[in-house]
Amino acid sequence: MLNKGLTEIRFHGRGGQGAVTAANILVVAAYKAGLWGTAFPHFGAERRGAPVTAFARISKRRVRVRSMIRHPDVIVVLDPALPKLVNVFEGLRDDGRVVINSPKRPDFRGPWMTCYVDASKIALDYGLVMAGWPLVNTAILGALAKAIDFPMKHVTEGIQEYIGGVSGRKNAAAAEKGFSEVVCVE
Amino acid sequence: MAVKPLTGNYAAAWAARRARVKVVAAFPITPQTTIVEKLAQFIERGELDAKIIRVESEHSALAAVYGAAAGGARAFTATGSHGLMYMHEMLWWVAGSRVPLVMAVAMRTLGPPWNIWTDHSDAMDQRDTGWLIMFAEHNQEVFDELIKMFKVTEDEKVYLPGIVNLDAFILSHTTEPVDIPDQEVIDSFLPPRKQPYVMKAGNGLTMGNIPKDLRENMEMREDIFRAQERAKRVIEEVDEEWYRLTGRRYGGLIECYRCEDADHYIAGVGAWVGDMREAVDRLRSENGLRVGLLKIRYFRPFPREEISKWLSNAKSLIVFDRSVSPGSAGPLFLDVVTHTTLAGLRLPIKNVLAGLTGLDVTYEDIENVVLKSVGEVEESGTFRNFIEWHYGGEA
Repeated sequence: MLNKGLTEIRFHGRGGQGAVTAANILVVAAYKAGLWGTAFPHFGAERRGAPVTAFARISKRRVRVRSMIRHPDVIVVLDPALPKLVNVFEGLRDDGRVVINSPKRPDFRGPWMTCYVDASKIALDYGLVMAGWPLVNTAILGALAKAIDFPMKHVTEGIQEYIGGVSGRKNAAAAEKGFSEVVCVE
Repeated sequence: MAVKPLTGNYAAAWAARRARVKVVAAFPITPQTTIVEKLAQFIERGELDAKIIRVESEHSALAAVYGAAAGGARAFTATGSHGLMYMHEMLWWVAGSRVPLVMAVAMRTLGPPWNIWTDHSDAMDQRDTGWLIMFAEHNQEVFDELIKMFKVTEDEKVYLPGIVNLDAFILSHTTEPVDIPDQEVIDSFLPPRKQPYVMKAGNGLTMGNIPKDLRENMEMREDIFRAQERAKRVIEEVDEEWYRLTGRRYGGLIECYRCEDADHYIAGVGAWVGDMREAVDRLRSENGLRVGLLKIRYFRPFPREEISKWLSNAKSLIVFDRSVSPGSAGPLFLDVVTHTTLAGLRLPIKNVLAGLTGLDVTYEDIENVVLKSVGEVEESGTFRNFIEWHYGGEA
């Protein structure tokens, strides 16, 4: 997927789940992989618990485009309940990917490839919890790397650089678990 | 040298840190706030030896750094939108006093209604204050140009304050890799601060008294006008010096993208210039239209000679403005028309008003506008209308 000129990714989560952080880490990882990236939040107020979106663009050259992403190549869904609340598939390209935190194959269907991973369980297994919530963003980043053929080594490095310390190592391990456990179905 | 993933706001804070500013004052306003938050963190951690003056408003923020700068300190502030409006009076005092000072403006729509998205009206409202006014396209340019702005403003041929504008959210809150040169590199580039006079305790000096001689007062205005002209060469020289140091240069006052063989031109300022580049590439590859892009980096001083030089053989020009002067036209358009006319150029120039109040503009929108408008010129030699509001979609 990264062979085309520009890959556009939209993250759906809830305020506090770390969607923006995931997008930022992806930019760090991309730079380590010799790619350019931009990451940006939805431009507006965000509230803890409310559905939020974040965006990332990955390209072989400096990303020039600044407008909103209307036709993403990939959507990443951090909360399995979100597709029932908001149209996370809006504008998704037919040849795109859905990467979702889900313990089982989701029941939605579409022309895109769906990749699912139980990121909540992985986060809990690694003790990644804040204010009672599993921090699923790094496990899902690993799954995303698998789904778009992004070099996992740089995701691990990017997480450790961005988060740092013991927490960085735990999050990197969760990402690797997400990478190895994700299942992709047509 | 280290490449860091930074938002435009953090890139601005890093520039102030690398310039070793001594005094910072600012009042919080979305989308600027994280610039001074980051600077406060640098200071609190001992990474920047500077003093933050806490103030109750933007008017006082600029007054505080104005005083600090008049007293000899390299000083920095940042604001945007209504904060900049409230600060506006002080901009005249700083420029009129010829005190070098640098400010970052995170451009945001003016209300009502309350709106936090990008728009260039706040920046364009500073047009006549005497400040140098620059618009950045990406976060690297935010950092680079702020560093350079300290050098330009402190040049004895200039001695004027300067603004670097960055678009709300699409730069201020967007993360991308930014190269931050080591402190020693910036130290070798930025000499110790120079300014026309230093106010110090025990050294009597007043600024701003009622003038005895209005002719002298008017001469002060003319000298600001002349200093803006002199700044053009300084901006170009500093850009070249930066290139020798970092390998990055931006063309001084303007960059002309794919202009060598262009028939038709578009022009703009700020972050959406990136989308315009994409549009130009696609218009060339998919429509066979030879379109060039004038990225106007400095709005003040206005690069009239450079623009007219590039347009000498142009068939048409479309100027995109993200703000408007109601009752007239877009501010960029007005300057372009004035100075190309004075240069004797006779080409159709059209003003497209788009993206105001933060309305999203895509490269497809720009392509649609160009295809329709250039089609009119190819058919009849001119545009069907010269001021057009564009809301996206089909032109």
